[in-house]
Amino acid sequence: MERKTNLTAPDGKQEILIERIFDLPLNLLFLAYTKAELVEQWMGNKVVKWDHKDHGSYQLEKVDENGNVLFRANGTIHKSTENRIIIRTFEMENSVFPVQLEFLEFESIDENTSKLAMKIIYKSVAERDEMLKLPFAQGIQMAHNRIQKIISNLK
Amino acid sequence: MLLVATQSMTAGSIASNFDTARPTVSKHLHILTECELLKQEQQGREIYYHFNAQKMKEVADFLEPFQQMWDDRFNKLEQIMLNYKSK
Repeated sequence: MERKTNLTAPDGKQEILIERIFDLPLNLLFLAYTKAELVEQWMGNKVVKWDHKDHGSYQLEKVDENGNVLFRANGTIHKSTENRIIIRTFEMENSVFPVQLEFLEFESIDENTSKLAMKIIYKSVAERDEMLKLPFAQGIQMAHNRIQKIISNLK
Repeated sequence: MLLVATQSMTAGSIASNFDTARPTVSKHLHILTECELLKQEQQGREIYYHFNAQKMKEVADFLEPFQQMWDDRFNKLEQIMLNYKSK
């Protein structure tokens, strides 16, 4: 399936740019980012706190079946203008990654299509690069598991 | 990998650079070949190993999984909101 999300991470810069055109009217795209029950559904995290307004804040978490917290993140909403822009921070709790600043710009293309342009700014280029490697590291872990299996079969 | 980056080498000549038993080196070569990071080439009685730069580039492209993660996330958002709309 063709990928609809365009992501760029310019060399030597501490930012990531993400663009995506959705088959959704602008108001629904914006709603997906502002209504707690919808955020829970598409992000797959439980909303612990949700106060989506200028100078508001939020907290999300993922808990396993035994109640262990697997992931918790929080941030503040600097500015939220309906169907136009959200400026917020995002920070993973209990992690080495520092807080990041996110600019989300929403734009209508036609009545059934809209665009989201995200700019995420990290504390440093090194920290941005570490964040980019996170899913890669998970992929490598899967590759290592596969190598381990091959070695076991060779023994 | 560094050894074969610039030249093709036989298993024996690769093993001679390591302080480990030959079968251990052979296992590693087997795994790297299976992962397509090394390519084998038969020359007479010898098998030469050489570095598969294209595959290494694919593995090193760590942006790929990050981009896929966002695409999956946005696909989910789109699907959920399309269902929400039709309710």
